[in-house]
Amino acid sequence: MRNQWLWAFGLAVAIACAPSVFAQKKYGPGASDTEIKLGQTMPYSGPASAYGAIGKAELAYFQMINDQGGINGRKVNLISLDDAYSPPRAVEQVRKLVEEDQVLALFQNLGTPSNSAVHKYVNAKKVPHLFIATGATKWGDPANFPWTIGFQPSYQIESHIYAKYILKNKPAAKIAVLYQNDDYGKDYLKGLKDGLGDKVGLIVAEASYEVTDPTVDSQIVTLKSSGADVMFTIATPKFAAQSIRKVSDIGWKPLHFINNVASSVGAVLTPAGLDKSTGLITALYLKDPLDTKWDKDAGMQRWHAFMKKYMPEANVTDFNYVYGYGAAQLMAIVLKACGDDLTRENLMKQAANVKNVALDVTLPGITYDTGPNDYFPVEQLQLARFDGQRWVLFGEVLAK
Amino acid sequence: MEAFLHQVFSGLATGGIYASLALALVMIYQSTNHINFAQGEMAMFSTYLAWSMINGGMPYWWAFLLTVLVSFVVGIVIERIIIRPVEDAPLLSVVTVFVALLVIFNSVAGWIFTYTIKTFPSPFPEQPPFGNRYISSHELGSIGITLVVLVALYLFFRFTPLGLAMRAAAQNPVSSRLAGIRVGWMLALGWGLAAAVGAVAGLLIAPVVYLEPNMMSGVLLYAFAAALVGGIDNPFGAVLGGFMVGVLENLIGAYVIGTELKLTVALVLIVGVLLFKPSGMFGKVFVSRV
Amino acid sequence: MSPRAWKRIGLGLLLAGAVALPFLVSNYRVFQFNMVLVYAIVLLGLNILTGYNGQISLGHGAFYAIGAYVAAILMEHFGWPYWATLPVAGLVCFVFGFLFGLPALRLRGHYLALATFALAVAMPQILKYKHIEQWTGGVQGIVILKPEPPFGLKITPDQWLYLFTLAILVLMFAIGWNLLRGRVGRALVAIRDHPVAAEAMGVHGALYKTLAFGVSALFTGVAGALGAVVVQFVAPDSFAAGLSINFLIGIVIGGVASISGAVYGALFIQFVPNFADEISKAAPWAIYGVFLLAFVYLMPGGVAGFVRLAWGRLAGARGKTKP
Repeated sequence: MRNQWLWAFGLAVAIACAPSVFAQKKYGPGASDTEIKLGQTMPYSGPASAYGAIGKAELAYFQMINDQGGINGRKVNLISLDDAYSPPRAVEQVRKLVEEDQVLALFQNLGTPSNSAVHKYVNAKKVPHLFIATGATKWGDPANFPWTIGFQPSYQIESHIYAKYILKNKPAAKIAVLYQNDDYGKDYLKGLKDGLGDKVGLIVAEASYEVTDPTVDSQIVTLKSSGADVMFTIATPKFAAQSIRKVSDIGWKPLHFINNVASSVGAVLTPAGLDKSTGLITALYLKDPLDTKWDKDAGMQRWHAFMKKYMPEANVTDFNYVYGYGAAQLMAIVLKACGDDLTRENLMKQAANVKNVALDVTLPGITYDTGPNDYFPVEQLQLARFDGQRWVLFGEVLAK
Repeated sequence: MEAFLHQVFSGLATGGIYASLALALVMIYQSTNHINFAQGEMAMFSTYLAWSMINGGMPYWWAFLLTVLVSFVVGIVIERIIIRPVEDAPLLSVVTVFVALLVIFNSVAGWIFTYTIKTFPSPFPEQPPFGNRYISSHELGSIGITLVVLVALYLFFRFTPLGLAMRAAAQNPVSSRLAGIRVGWMLALGWGLAAAVGAVAGLLIAPVVYLEPNMMSGVLLYAFAAALVGGIDNPFGAVLGGFMVGVLENLIGAYVIGTELKLTVALVLIVGVLLFKPSGMFGKVFVSRV
Repeated sequence: MSPRAWKRIGLGLLLAGAVALPFLVSNYRVFQFNMVLVYAIVLLGLNILTGYNGQISLGHGAFYAIGAYVAAILMEHFGWPYWATLPVAGLVCFVFGFLFGLPALRLRGHYLALATFALAVAMPQILKYKHIEQWTGGVQGIVILKPEPPFGLKITPDQWLYLFTLAILVLMFAIGWNLLRGRVGRALVAIRDHPVAAEAMGVHGALYKTLAFGVSALFTGVAGALGAVVVQFVAPDSFAAGLSINFLIGIVIGGVASISGAVYGALFIQFVPNFADEISKAAPWAIYGVFLLAFVYLMPGGVAGFVRLAWGRLAGARGKTKP
């Protein structure tokens, strides 16, 4: 008699445990045995269209992954839509991706305004909003927006690092700042001011520009006349190049910092003039494709091979392709960690559980780490000085 | 004082940019009575053509010449094929066609040449003249070329029979036809010349602002403003207007309101000028009799 | 049945269809059609000024932005309900429009186009101005909460918002129709076509022209407020200069000086860019440009003009004359 009950009990337990024994596959929208659908909005047209290169790099990266067999046997299908850097259009495209295309997650949506516009929506709909391509500080907020997570070092983290360097090495500096008059420029400026703390009075002049301005020459002249001996250029590539060139042309020789986004040798320094760029300082977290130091580096060799095969027409000196590759690689790592549990919840869990990941394109010593309370994936950068040919790293890897 | 001079010269340099494109706008207005909003994009596209030639190894001045010629031809072709169907259409339809041209040129340029900025060479030497720090050789040279084009246009319209015929065709097509002028071809010629002038503007502007598909979008508004402030039918006015706008914009940003409202104030002033002189400063005043 | 009765039936069917639409398509499409309704109100407003009164405006994006920000600020900082912001947005824009219309009296044609375009270009910079940042949210913009359907109706918020917009649209169109079909409309057209003769006949040109600016801005402001609630977000980048150009294209394609043209135009500016995107990923705006050319060549009177022509042919073919 007791044996029968024992048998029944054992059978019941066995049946209850069967799902985990057979590692059942779980799918959210956009995932299946053969496919994982991701979505993104990119500015392929409009004022920020230079960043469309990032989307192209990511599409190519997943093409490469698919050619190599996919992730856990599934092909990644990245649907990349143009939002022309316009928030209403971003809202429309994101709603399309979520409601019509039914993607599993959003990945690397670009631009602070475009992401701000859909921030509440995606969190309400519980769609993973992963590794978004903007450095605004407000994305690292797991308490209020648990589905949104950034990718690059936030603008404020970067400018804190510059501020600390100045406070340590040039405490009597007179600082001038050129910044783009949008969220990007203003966020950097705020970070700089916060980083200087009560020494914010070191900033003696600020000048902004609009993306519709033909040149920033007037602003540079104004900044020089303030008598500053330290200059910050917080700009997008075209204007950064103009700034570097003009500073040199008017005979001003400040300690000149440019922000990470504008530090590409190919896209910025070469147009500005390599000799005029000598002495510039920036903070890097990605490897510079022109730096021959990485010739033997396995990660960069993979990157070069990828560019040659999948983006042969592209300009390899454009940092955007390094950035896009890195983001896509991180996404692939996270997707892989999901195994067969491709639900949105699990994907978000894995994205918030990245530990000590070094990407092919990140500098040695800089790793990606996230946790349920830490939505700033990378918080380290290293300062570098341009010697006329390449960025030369100095100091150690710094954190905020 | 030095800073002030810097601002003024910098303003003259930027003003030169506006003036060169404003000339193309005046050109097209004098020959067709329309303002072509796509002029900037066409100029940008011409500059990309030049860039391709120079990248392919062609020496600068040959590329310059060839680009101007090709632009001239393309301008004529565009008028005959795309503008002709709407020659008699209401103004708004024509404006829509211009907008269509604008987006087409911009989008195709981005597709073919990508959006990464490119350097464009300047025919002028690197060193600034007499070692001064206020204005570069290129900026000075560009202003020079713009003035040459200005004088050429003025002489052409004022003193040549062809120029007269073109102006007549634009202002009074019906009477012109009766006088034996082939209005259609006059318009086409106007487009060709405007495209050529625009190409020159693009070639002069690109070394300063770097070549990319959106390079003209900011310039066009100011060029438009300069042309109107100076009087849309007056090339001298347009060039003067360009310099004025450039210097004004710089001085406002540096001394009056700061850079955060520079664009707004500059535009307010421009509109203000128009309120006092609704036909621009040197434009012909139209008096309509009842 | 008389053609007028046919028209009434047709309009009724159209309205019924519009009301049924949100329940037949997915939420995402409802959102898109909602934007079509918003744009239709803008285009009607623009048509009053540019189509019927001949004052070209390349700056209506600025009024749209003002309306949107009025709604956003009232909702975010003062806790107003969304529907109450509409009249305020309309009124504020009426005042701005009227004030802008005063100096505009001195400008004609290209010069007016430049002045209005200057307004459109300056607007994003004004919205970013740091001294009003605490109200406007500066470059970060303002996020707006989505309104819930009232009275516990069992429909989705998207559907409710669409029906609400539709109701406002019907109201605005009724107002516009009344205005344009009557004395005011005739006065506006007279001023457009023969300003001197109109003055001679006692039509107060200056008053009508500035009023036209004000009313046009009012329509656009109301639409802007609606648009802000639908998109749930306002930021300076949402109102770049291209928006004003888009609106102008809308009335040209839809049909200048036509009320129904506003709807056709709105459908065009909402859906054709998406359609172009599907045709070509590499150069979608080039395809859009080609569409623009095609519409202008094939339908010089806009879609509304084309429809009128077709309708006339149909009615004529059956031996009836147009009224």
